[in-house]
Amino acid sequence: MIHKRLSILVATGLIGATSLLGAAPAHADETENSEPPTVELVLDVSGSMKAADIDGETRIAVAKRAFNKVVDALPENTQLGIRVLGATYAGKNKKIACQDTQQIVPVGPVNAVQAKNAIATLKPTGHTPIGLALKKAAEDLGDNGSTRRIVLITDGEDTCTPPDPCDVARDLAAQGTHLVVDTLGLTPDEKTRKQLVCISTATGGTYAAANSEAELTDRVKQLVDRAAVPPPVQPAVVTGTADCTNAPLLAPGVYTDREKISEHRYYRVAVQADQELRASVSIALDRAINPDYGVLLKAATKDGRELVRGLDAGSGRTDVLSAGLRWSADEQKADAKASAEAADNDATEAAEDTDATEVCLIVANSFASNVVSANGMPVELSIDLVDASHVPDAPGLGRGFLFLLVLAIAGLLAGILAGWVTRYWVATWREN
Amino acid sequence: MKIKHLAATGVAAFLVAAVPSAAFADDPSPAPAVNTAGTSFLTAVPIVSSQQVQVGAVTGDYLYWQFTAEAGQRPDLTATVTLPDKGRTGDESWIIEVFDGLRRRQACVAGEQSPVAAKDAAQVTLGCRLRQVRSWAEPQDGDPLPGTYYVRLSSTTMPEADLGLPLKVSLGLATPKGDLDADQGELAKPLVPNNQPGTVLSGPAPAASPSAAADADESSFSLDWLPDFSGRWFWTAGGGVLAAITGLFGFSLTRRRRRV
Repeated sequence: MIHKRLSILVATGLIGATSLLGAAPAHADETENSEPPTVELVLDVSGSMKAADIDGETRIAVAKRAFNKVVDALPENTQLGIRVLGATYAGKNKKIACQDTQQIVPVGPVNAVQAKNAIATLKPTGHTPIGLALKKAAEDLGDNGSTRRIVLITDGEDTCTPPDPCDVARDLAAQGTHLVVDTLGLTPDEKTRKQLVCISTATGGTYAAANSEAELTDRVKQLVDRAAVPPPVQPAVVTGTADCTNAPLLAPGVYTDREKISEHRYYRVAVQADQELRASVSIALDRAINPDYGVLLKAATKDGRELVRGLDAGSGRTDVLSAGLRWSADEQKADAKASAEAADNDATEAAEDTDATEVCLIVANSFASNVVSANGMPVELSIDLVDASHVPDAPGLGRGFLFLLVLAIAGLLAGILAGWVTRYWVATWREN
Repeated sequence: MKIKHLAATGVAAFLVAAVPSAAFADDPSPAPAVNTAGTSFLTAVPIVSSQQVQVGAVTGDYLYWQFTAEAGQRPDLTATVTLPDKGRTGDESWIIEVFDGLRRRQACVAGEQSPVAAKDAAQVTLGCRLRQVRSWAEPQDGDPLPGTYYVRLSSTTMPEADLGLPLKVSLGLATPKGDLDADQGELAKPLVPNNQPGTVLSGPAPAASPSAAADADESSFSLDWLPDFSGRWFWTAGGGVLAAITGLFGFSLTRRRRRV
């Protein structure tokens, strides 16, 4: 590879070199996603937003100004929507108050004036039905296969439990594809913080606290910018099975699945004799997990013989735990060829067998959690098949001073030997 | 194949080879500064050697970047986290982790990988130097190989109350060259993730094209058996010259002894 690059360098000159190095990272050759990424801001407009504790101003006034700034600085092509909760009903009936959520800006290319007008009319009023708002926001965004992000901004915990908004978030993430909820707490208290952290963890999002207008604006902008850059690939959904024979046969690519705690999931990959299998798996920790945990990715033959394994373990707070493995059929093929030659009558059958080896991939985990959930943890499985790398021959060339010394002594001995032979030969020639 | 390239480029290639490629990254006009970080392996933000990375984040974030390393390099990462100046209630442990293109954890051989920031510390510095990237390894090995590397910066333990407080992160990557001739063998394809949506096949996979390509290769004249250009060529050629000289010396010894 180095030499290929060297020849390109020589051809294009040094100016081209910097751009070549810059383009090297993996992002360069990814295909553009057709569906634009969508994001919805969900703003709490409940009664508590009246509190004047951010730099002497009310929370809602600060949030409105921050929203206006975000709308002004939106990246191009962003499909943004805004939903509010607790904005209209001031009454005491909890049943009605907990249905109080509206979308004030539909998801789509943003009309800045219209959005600002909608924001300006907001008045802090009612309850905080976070769970319902999340559910509705997920509906607003639809499910077109692209990444969907919700940015939840609230100053207080949900006042409409049950359902617990954290469970709602975990269910939403498990149902649809690629839903991420980022949460922002406005001068959050302990309960609010715990709830928001739980919601963001459940969906692979982030949590941040905002205690000033600048912090709020910066963070919302950062989250919206992040949403504008979708991941390079939308993993395909696959469901692994409990044994190898019925396991789904996978082509190279990225997949997503759900695996419960202490569950095994099997997948199959057909590996040609001259190919190398590369697989990696990441399990996201979408709930509170007891310390000390592990993930195992194992490759085995259909009859259960282990080929290679990748594993990782950890013990602290983390977002994902990953393992990967490489395996190539090269040596197995050589063995099979040798045995086929030994038994001629089996030769054709053996050759067919070794054309493609079906490898079982087993994904297992050793998590433990006190959180009761019917949903498995998100698994991201990435499979690749590439040309096998062959075992290098013994070095054809030497190096080092010992090597030089051996050559020098060999030369010296050869010289002395040649000298003796010559002397003997000259002596006998003179005698004749 | 490599040798063919080498022959084509001739002396010019030798001249370029003498300048390590890291030198290009040290140009007076380095790559533009990066002010974003990814939040997962898939969204990791690419960085290159000597590029400035400055990111605003919050306590509890998991920040991902990725870079490309080649055989012979010894990637070295340093990160500085400027901690929140108010609102902290206790010590925080930080960690910088490096994973290869297969998301396999890579060991750090130097650097403060997981420091603890005291409650009143203004900043914390982290570092991780990888082993030298090898040109080839057994599939069962976890050795660092050419390809993509992921960096994850996060805090592992902190008081729950400190979550979400804003902080600043700066990251630097250096890729000095190590011992280039140490390795034999070559990886057919660098460990770069294949980021395409997967497809579940019902039947067996279609016969792969690489095998056909390999057949075509075999029929043509190939110089693949020649080792890659490396310092070993000089050592071996030098050894030959040395052997010839000592050979002549040895020959002359026998002649001198005959005269006496």
